[in-house]
Amino acid sequence: MQLGRVIGTVVATMKDSRLLGQRLLVVQPLDSHGKETGRPLVALDSVGVGAGETIYWCRGREASFPFLPDEVPTEATIVGIVDEINLSSRV
Amino acid sequence: MILARIVGTVVSTRKDPRLEGQKLLIVKPISPEGADESGYLIAVDTVDSGFRETVLVVSGSSARMAADCKDRPVDAAIIGVVDSVKLDSAHEAELAVARRK
Repeated sequence: MQLGRVIGTVVATMKDSRLLGQRLLVVQPLDSHGKETGRPLVALDSVGVGAGETIYWCRGREASFPFLPDEVPTEATIVGIVDEINLSSRV
Repeated sequence: MILARIVGTVVSTRKDPRLEGQKLLIVKPISPEGADESGYLIAVDTVDSGFRETVLVVSGSSARMAADCKDRPVDAAIIGVVDSVKLDSAHEAELAVARRK
């Protein structure tokens, strides 16, 4: 899992039927210091996050597991909201 | 998942039988602001998207979970046609500052 920040939303009317009712959010990946790194991506929301929040997200096949037993076609899902990060300066 | 724009099609006669009947499109990844990014992908279309449309592409093993892609040799599938992308105003302001630099 990786850290990220919610920077926007995506609206899509025509989509896979299993995406109906799911929120599509634009996530900017962050490094361990909270600095933006890499390309923004689109992720589903499984926890109810808000705009601008720091979150962690899950990549790959596992990203659809929060929605089981539905097989939602997603490869990136927000699975938690970050309250606080404590980091040793060595990381 | 990534945002991408449809830039072309692929026609293939000799292929894996499990790809028969699937529409193959060439998509170019774009940023949320709509700018082209490097690279391209060949993706199976599951939502009847069209040329130059902005779409949502799922890649990796999750692509096989898209409609009618189960057990097919597919690693990228178009699963949505994007109507709009709205970025938070705070981030837009940051981008504006970054552009000015």
